Amino acid sequence: MEPKESRPETAVVTAINGPVVKVREASGLSMNELVVIGDRKLLGEVVELYQNGATIQVYEDTTGLEPGTLVHGQGLPLFVELGPGIIGRIFDGTQRPLSASFQESGAFVTPGRTVEALDRNKTWAFSPRLEAGANVFPGQVIGEVKELDHINHRILVPPDSRGSLLWIAPEDVYTVADRIALIEDPQGEQHELSLYHRWPVRRLRPCRERIMPSEPLFTGQRVVDFFFPLAKGGTAAIPGGFGTGKTITQQQLSKWADADIIVYIGCGERGNEMAGVLGDFPRLLDPRSGRPLIERTVLIANTSDMPVAAREASIYTGITIAEYYRDMGYHVAVMADSTSRWAEALREISGRLEEMPAEEGFPAYLASRLAQFYERAGAVITLGGERGSVSVIGAVSPPGGDFSEPVTQHTRRFVSTFWALDKEMASARYFPAINYLNSYSGYVGALASWWKEKAEPDWTAMRDQALQLLKEDARLQNIVKLIGEDALPDDQKATYLGARLIKEDFLQQSAYDPIDTYSQPEKQVLMLRLILRFIERMREAVRHRIPIYRIMDLPVLEEFHRMKTAFKGDDPAPFRAIEKRLEEEFEGLLRREVQPARKED
Amino acid sequence: MRDRSGIEYLGVSRVQGPLVFVQGVRSVGFREMAEVVAPDGRTRLGRVLAVSEDTAVVEVFEGTAGLSASRSKVRFLGQPFLYALTSEEVLGRVFDGLGRPIDGGSPPMAGEARDVNGLPVNPVARVYPQDFIQTGISAIDGMNALVRGQKLPIFSGSGLPQAQLAAQIVRQARLLQGEERFAIVFAAIGIKHEEAQFFRKDFEESGSLKNVAMFLNLADDPSIERLITPRIALTTAEQLAFVEDMHVLVILTDMTNYCEALREVATSKGEVPSRKGYPGYLYSDLASIYERAGRIATAKGSITQIPILTMPDDDITHPIPDLTGYITEGQIVLDRGLFQKGITPPINVLPSLSRLMSDGIGPGRTREDHQNLASQLYALYANAKRVETLASIIGEEELTAHDRLFLRFSQQFERRFISQDSCENRTVFETLDLGWELAMIFPAKDLSRVRPEQISQYGLKKGPMKNGKTSPISQQE
Ligand SMILES: Nc1ncnc2c1ncn2[C@@H]1O[C@H](COP(=O)(O)OP(=O)(O)OP(=O)(O)O)[C@@H](O)[C@H]1O
Ligand SMILES: [Mg+2]
Repeated sequence: MEPKESRPETAVVTAINGPVVKVREASGLSMNELVVIGDRKLLGEVVELYQNGATIQVYEDTTGLEPGTLVHGQGLPLFVELGPGIIGRIFDGTQRPLSASFQESGAFVTPGRTVEALDRNKTWAFSPRLEAGANVFPGQVIGEVKELDHINHRILVPPDSRGSLLWIAPEDVYTVADRIALIEDPQGEQHELSLYHRWPVRRLRPCRERIMPSEPLFTGQRVVDFFFPLAKGGTAAIPGGFGTGKTITQQQLSKWADADIIVYIGCGERGNEMAGVLGDFPRLLDPRSGRPLIERTVLIANTSDMPVAAREASIYTGITIAEYYRDMGYHVAVMADSTSRWAEALREISGRLEEMPAEEGFPAYLASRLAQFYERAGAVITLGGERGSVSVIGAVSPPGGDFSEPVTQHTRRFVSTFWALDKEMASARYFPAINYLNSYSGYVGALASWWKEKAEPDWTAMRDQALQLLKEDARLQNIVKLIGEDALPDDQKATYLGARLIKEDFLQQSAYDPIDTYSQPEKQVLMLRLILRFIERMREAVRHRIPIYRIMDLPVLEEFHRMKTAFKGDDPAPFRAIEKRLEEEFEGLLRREVQPARKED
Repeated sequence: MRDRSGIEYLGVSRVQGPLVFVQGVRSVGFREMAEVVAPDGRTRLGRVLAVSEDTAVVEVFEGTAGLSASRSKVRFLGQPFLYALTSEEVLGRVFDGLGRPIDGGSPPMAGEARDVNGLPVNPVARVYPQDFIQTGISAIDGMNALVRGQKLPIFSGSGLPQAQLAAQIVRQARLLQGEERFAIVFAAIGIKHEEAQFFRKDFEESGSLKNVAMFLNLADDPSIERLITPRIALTTAEQLAFVEDMHVLVILTDMTNYCEALREVATSKGEVPSRKGYPGYLYSDLASIYERAGRIATAKGSITQIPILTMPDDDITHPIPDLTGYITEGQIVLDRGLFQKGITPPINVLPSLSRLMSDGIGPGRTREDHQNLASQLYALYANAKRVETLASIIGEEELTAHDRLFLRFSQQFERRFISQDSCENRTVFETLDLGWELAMIFPAKDLSRVRPEQISQYGLKKGPMKNGKTSPISQQE
């Protein structure tokens, strides 16, 4: 992993076509090797090798680059620096630290690299956890650094080193580059360790064992947690046309999901969205730790005006960082917004390489790249023996909102949870616009036992009942479209009304309401239980021939509309009060309306 | 910038569409500018699209008609397309699509010369836009509020009054509090003379002409020039906003013509097209234009962008509106059906969106009920459209009394709320009150997206504004 100390290999630029550059005299370069081009130090990567020549994709704007410019091989593939000082920061697609870059060169990002990813001057308090003489293996904790108050950054033996610990630094402060340990490998060679190490972004970080995801990733979003849940270590895709809510949903998950660390990758999307996160997250508090959300968040930004090749890299940079924290035994959730822009970056580079296009101009390897990406998610036993996970949530932006296009179709094959966003719901400002009829989750079975043991034994039954009702309602909606609501018999109207309660008073959830934005699991259960109870009583009343409009006029319904924004859910009392009212009002209704019918009972 | 004056290549090896291929070149940089001298001695500007040790491919902005392969000369300028200006040099003036004066004045040159392609903005430097701009148009202020530094395009169809709408926004736009130096940068991209003339007259009549810089590439101007026009306009806007601290409104019209020029070049280069023949990088290319809006921490000014585009065949899923919608912070969609019903501006609020609205409105900015009311009106109108469809199937008589309320709501919402005169300037409070009046067509229990307290405070209040004074049209009720 160490960079070649010998003289870097050089080659010469022969042609420039946007981000794709051809070079000659390239026999010293290897596939996927990182290169630095010219005096401006543009960063690139070898993507094709042929006799004496190579093709390089350049991560920066190539304006002004001329044939004849020298290219220096770096002797290692595109890597990230992994060590303390990542959390709470924002990096670009190739881990350029954007705050430092702003300090140094102002509001605009100029090509060429001048600052290191991890601050070389900052010091960290290191506490050793092993003593000299110990035998060490990959993934073992040799010491700890408090990265932030509540984030213990474990310094691990890198996945590719093992041997005996000759020396370890005493408790003190060190910079990331200082030597903190010396290891002698079985071949007798000595290796220095510092607080950080480099890791090639395209290489999966190893773990001891993959395990089945079985614990929910709570998001505080009712439609997700109750209907289409995600497990820690699971994968989800969120496809939808523009403006249907991909970004807001991912931001909601970044805010409220019960992961330890969030990696948010803005891949080819808007600069203001990143600015929004940078503005909000230091102010908002994590409901679990009480600390500002930014203190568990890493941002990777390749905005749509940044170079397209770095867009391709940004996804890997993000997921590698996620795996690194997973290896310390953390639960990490990765948001990638949007994987379609990443796929388009692949397409653009592939087109310029004059590769044979497959569907809609995408290269034939689109599917395998997508699969590789989602396969880096998972719940694992780490090399060090801890449990950790990486969950991946990828936004997909299908052209024209049409899900039959290649990126959506292939993604579907590799993810277990699918949150399909719906244009029509979004245009009625019904949010989250997750279509409950064609969304699904492959984790329902696995999570059912978790719910049963740890939270709410009725979860599966409640979920089934509510979804069943929504399906019936969808069938009725088709009839209503043709004959009008009035023509339905009362028991069907009851289905219709019940479904409306579920849709409006449970599923609909505003990201902008200070209370409704996050709904803890207890509250979700309380709410849905009330609604299902109402539906049950309504059906009973209908069987007693109470006209449906009487039921719709019950004053308690107003409480139903209010409950999501009025109560946090930490106290069940208000929900009990509503339930009491509900029972009383139905009793009253039955007493007044159906004296004769009652006698039959 | 290297000095290579003197090196001139005689003859080009190939001319293909807007491209010329020059052979035997030495040290030519990617994207650098070139001058192509035609046999008649006239010089045309171009730009290097691709370069190898032997050949440079140059796109010629003014087209290649009349160029001869053997007798044309090419000079490479050793630098990208640079533009330098100050506000004094450009405001109140008219330039061509490449930024050269066409009003008889002298070319701008005083400011710092900048590459018209711009640079990506570091997201750390961005200041999240949240100052509400009152446009005086209810469909925008009430339902899709615009904020300073936003990029909010108008999606139009051929023959729809997008120019009138844009001009009305320009005329009426103001902040609720405070006034600062403002400027308008107007880029015509392949539009008709009369449309450019319409804007000019409108600026003139409203007295804002002295604050406007106009860059005109008209329908009969060279099409490849269109690739530069919006970039010159945005370079100008950046100087005004980020160097001279002005608040700049940029109108780019019509982006569809821009995309067609891009397709023309891509096709000539023989690139593999993606959807409808447009190049696969259309998204990134458009983003390099649209992302040049916003506010940055190092300057007080702002750039608000209103790009206008024509949806080919009124199809919002066409790649041009589709990719635009994926980049911009919302869209205002004009609708032929509404226009034919006599609703102007014919804004269809359902597919329209302002993503920055929620941060720009609310207590202390507009009014506390704004967000909820807008959401309520959306829900009612969306349902009303459903009921209208139903009514057209089963007949209005068959509707429930409740459903008939929706028909009434839909009519009034379109005729009184959306429709307004092109010189009618409503305050946002008038807009909200009118919205409440329409929502109150329904009983309170139907209004589940507003809070009961809001209904009593705003919905049931009797105020002077409820007597139809808000709108001359409302009196027709
Ligand atoms: N949960 C929500 N609560 C309230 N409003 C929402 C919610 N989700 C989405 N919205 C609204 O929808 C708008 C668009 O959402 P968002 O920006 O997430 O769309 P998107 O799918 O990411 O679009 P694009 O593909 O263009 O980036 C938001 O600006 C917001 O107004
Ligand atoms: Mg988005």
